[in-house]
Amino acid sequence: MRQTCLKMVYDLALKDERIFFVGSDLGAGTLDQFKKSMPDRFFMEGVSEGHLTSMAAGMAMDGKVVYFNTIASFLTRRSFEQNVVDLALHRANVRLIGNGGGLAYAPLGPTHEAIEDLAIMRAIPNMTVVACADADEMRRLMPQTVAHRGPIYIRLAKGGDPIASRGDLPFTIGKAIPMRAGEDALIVTTGITLKLGLDAAAQLSSRGLEAAILHCHTIKPFDAESLLSLAEKAPVIVTIEEHSVLGGLGGAVAEALAEAGFPTAKRFKRLGIPDVFPDEYGSQASLMKKYGITEQNLTETVAKLCTSMGGRRPQAA
Amino acid sequence: MGDNSAGIPASLDGRSRYLRKCIVRMLEAGGRGHMGAAFSLVEIIRVLYDDVLRFDPKRPDWKGRDRFILSKGHGCLALYSVLADKGFFPETEFSKFCKSDGILGGHPEHGKVPGVEASTGSLGHGLSIGVGFTLSARHDGAGHKVVVVIGDGESNEGSIWEAALSAGKHKLSNLTVVVDYNKQQACGSILEVQDMEPFADKWKSFGFACARVDGHDVHALRSVFSRLPLDPSKPTAILCDTVKGKGIPFAEHNPEWHHKNKLSPEDIRSLLAALGAD
Repeated sequence: MRQTCLKMVYDLALKDERIFFVGSDLGAGTLDQFKKSMPDRFFMEGVSEGHLTSMAAGMAMDGKVVYFNTIASFLTRRSFEQNVVDLALHRANVRLIGNGGGLAYAPLGPTHEAIEDLAIMRAIPNMTVVACADADEMRRLMPQTVAHRGPIYIRLAKGGDPIASRGDLPFTIGKAIPMRAGEDALIVTTGITLKLGLDAAAQLSSRGLEAAILHCHTIKPFDAESLLSLAEKAPVIVTIEEHSVLGGLGGAVAEALAEAGFPTAKRFKRLGIPDVFPDEYGSQASLMKKYGITEQNLTETVAKLCTSMGGRRPQAA
Repeated sequence: MGDNSAGIPASLDGRSRYLRKCIVRMLEAGGRGHMGAAFSLVEIIRVLYDDVLRFDPKRPDWKGRDRFILSKGHGCLALYSVLADKGFFPETEFSKFCKSDGILGGHPEHGKVPGVEASTGSLGHGLSIGVGFTLSARHDGAGHKVVVVIGDGESNEGSIWEAALSAGKHKLSNLTVVVDYNKQQACGSILEVQDMEPFADKWKSFGFACARVDGHDVHALRSVFSRLPLDPSKPTAILCDTVKGKGIPFAEHNPEWHHKNKLSPEDIRSLLAALGAD
């Protein structure tokens, strides 16, 4: 996903003189091609995320479209005030590309795990927040980022993520994608959890339960309209994200549901990282398993909630 | 630079006193404001807009304009007085300072105040934005100047020095940082809070050409600004020795006048009296 994203920055820059690239201290070889062919628009400026965010804002305020790439935790935490004041307040056309959103940097520990990035970036007025499911979806997103007005935070996943998105479904920033129909439950996904949702829905189907899936690649602006149109008919709603359960996808869905005033009772559950710092290393997969961000836990959670609602009960697996 | 027999600062000419009176009009309207910082800045901003910067108040977004950023946004009253004087907006806005129907707030906002290039107030952002402006202009082959005014207390921020590293690396000769070196922070002397000396040497070591000047001496300011860039292969830093609260004897060097939020009519009368009759 990262390679696809950065390759597209290069391709887009070839066609648009306004596009600048800014990096802090990225791995050797990152965008060598860009540096070689467009050196006057390539800035590798060292470990100074606060400065670079403001610098990118200045470039954007002078008419440029700036893609700024570094590790997600630094991009969101270290320069949070610059994100608010220099990017969002000025509606600067800066695209923050955050490497390793979620638990991708599990072996490196909590300083590198961006587990609240969606929540804190979502809280900033004028900020757009996107988490694609895979490289294919990234390919559909990137051309739309050039003309988009205002700053965008683009969360990258670990890389090598299985393709779960579909090219036959239209992709528009801010518009969630219904991926599957189903009357027994609604599963809401963002980023790489789309794959978990699709796999869980297949499992549930084999047990006699049909779950709809809404893929929210854009966390902000949040497509509450699409959510509520599906949630209205769903007795069970479950969100799943590689992120804290506080303030991200689950938070956005909870807010919309709480204010919707549906006449019938529903069961709702957020799956994600609880309100803790991960306290062990391992891998992205091992931490996701620890926190129940898995196809299996999603399947069982939906089945259990369907049973509690007295609707169709899952058949024996 | 002593005072004359009427208690009016001899060092300030009629224009400097007029601009300060504009500041007092805003202080009166809002009942509050960062007075000390604004008064230390008046001559710096005045000379920049009178003699150095190219701009068109009727076309604030004119592409060929020089860019000015007041990174120490709390000194905005000085900027507002000069921008109004230059015709960016009418002086009638002074009476709406900090009011819900006004455009002039306690910190300057881009998009709200014509002529304000960047919204500032949180310290340590403006120089980095200026680096971005300058790099963008260099790419475009544009020759306009970028001037950023920062405070000495603001220079405590690490991001100022991140920006300085970057400006030095790129040899941004079209970028000038002007330091309002009034030697007072909100809570007292910078010598006690965080001494910045050797200040000029710091800038030089980051790759800047540096000069030091009396920041209230309009002739000295004109002279140094007329030589920009001081070195055609480096960004410039001008350290301006200033006096916080300059022009008001009871406020000069007095941290109690850094910011006031309950200015009385008596306070306003005292300020105007100190500045003398028109």
